[in-house]
Amino acid sequence: MTTRPIPLLLALIALALPLSLLAGRVWLDPASTPNAALILAELRLPRSLLALIAGAGLGAAGAAMQGYLRNPLADPGLFGIAPGAALGAVAALWFGYANSAWLIPLFALVGAGGAMALLAAIAGRTGGIALFTLAGLMVASLAGALTALAISLAPNAFAMESIVAWLNGALTDRSWREVWLAAPLVLAGIALLRAAGPALDALTLGETVARSLGVSPSRLLWLLVLGVGLTVGAVTAVAGIIGFVGLIVPHLVRPLTDRRPSRLIGPSALAGALLVLVADSAVRVLPLMTELRLGIALSLLGAPFFLWLLVKMRSGRL
Amino acid sequence: MTLSAHNLTMARRLANVSLALEPGTITAICGPNGAGKSTLLEALAGLIAPDLGHVRLAETMLAAMTPRERARAIGYLPQRAEIAWDVPVRSLVELGRMPYGDARAEPVEAALAALDLAAFAERRAQALSGGETARVLLARVLAGEPRWILADEPLAALDLAHQLALLAHLRRAADEGAKNRTGVVLVLHDLALAMNHADRAVVLHDGRVVADGPCEDALATEVIDRVWGVPARWLGEPGQKALVVG
Repeated sequence: MTTRPIPLLLALIALALPLSLLAGRVWLDPASTPNAALILAELRLPRSLLALIAGAGLGAAGAAMQGYLRNPLADPGLFGIAPGAALGAVAALWFGYANSAWLIPLFALVGAGGAMALLAAIAGRTGGIALFTLAGLMVASLAGALTALAISLAPNAFAMESIVAWLNGALTDRSWREVWLAAPLVLAGIALLRAAGPALDALTLGETVARSLGVSPSRLLWLLVLGVGLTVGAVTAVAGIIGFVGLIVPHLVRPLTDRRPSRLIGPSALAGALLVLVADSAVRVLPLMTELRLGIALSLLGAPFFLWLLVKMRSGRL
Repeated sequence: MTLSAHNLTMARRLANVSLALEPGTITAICGPNGAGKSTLLEALAGLIAPDLGHVRLAETMLAAMTPRERARAIGYLPQRAEIAWDVPVRSLVELGRMPYGDARAEPVEAALAALDLAAFAERRAQALSGGETARVLLARVLAGEPRWILADEPLAALDLAHQLALLAHLRRAADEGAKNRTGVVLVLHDLALAMNHADRAVVLHDGRVVADGPCEDALATEVIDRVWGVPARWLGEPGQKALVVG
């Protein structure tokens, strides 16, 4: 089935956005809630926009990664950029900058940039996909180990608690500042990933054929590193680690497209935006003692989905 | 334009291979397993860099061309079919237009028609049989209207009728071609197909050219005995020869 997913997803976002603005521990009634306009403009709207931006970046990065690795189980986390960004943010928290609104995302962006530079230094020259994947895994596990070290050597209980809380991504208490920081980087990243689309299509026939069609492996690799780096790096910098979106979303969207990797990136960005918007609205509404962290909620949703995917693959229906 | 290899050498794979291939002809590259046939084809396509030597297209060094220029001139079909996503057949054939950055319908339709695929255009890749897949992948090469078609075992997955149809199409391409006469280089295991359909055979053994010339000479029974180590006899008339081995 090939439908036109972009108008459908835009319509769903147009439907979900107003609901998300009203949803929360306190449901907004613009007519009667005191300070409704202020709450909307300063709290709900930036948070909802940030959810859209984060989801769009993660969805597009996931679609591009699956196209690049020709594997439906690939996830943007494989490149080690999200763990690198997380390590940067953890460093900021470790040094006691928990209350500094700018320093945490800036440290995270430096961490993402460091992971990108390391990847490019190891694998950038040859452009081989296998080497690149291994390098990404190593960067991810190095960043993960350093993050664990930072937690175990945390200078005080407050730092440890804030690190652990931050690692489980969330959009709580985010403001316009985060929106302005993430939006341009994520949009630039998505544009780079879309530019990689034709080369990803050629990669459908394997690396050798792609090269015979004029694809430059190193140019493609740079587009991917920068595109995934900007999207995932910026999202992680403002929201912490939000897993599984990049894995789930391309799967949900693929049957609505003709399955060409280039045709999956735009719809995955929109579907990712919709998923994170809905999930973030849901965690606000759930009647729990404290708000469920978005990263945890999406992992709770994502892990069973991943298992279902594996079962489906085993029975050869994927 | 001539495609020529000059002293190509790659450790343990090719040793000092020199060839000058002319457009308008079909050249078969033959040899036992591990002789270096696929390596030579990839080097001729500019996809691997030899340790020594170089490949030229007319007077231009292949290594000095941009990937896109090279892709416009040389269409390459690998031995192993690999289709990662279940995309429509037409989109795979359209990939052949990538070096031009267009999806012009005319060459795509012509390639689909040439390989008897018009009815398959909207089907999904993973619903195809092995032979259909092989034809789709060759149609992708034809859609790019390359000056040179370099194909590694393009007939292996095809039934007899489609083998003959494909060879007839390659012959037409060599005789007329889209713009000029196209040159065709095929890696072939089936020596009878090479004998009956190629103009010239290049026999490789341990990375060296051991015979090169008209098929009657390059695939003579002495060569087959020496290179493959099997006694063989050719039967039948020119153009319809059969090989009896053992």
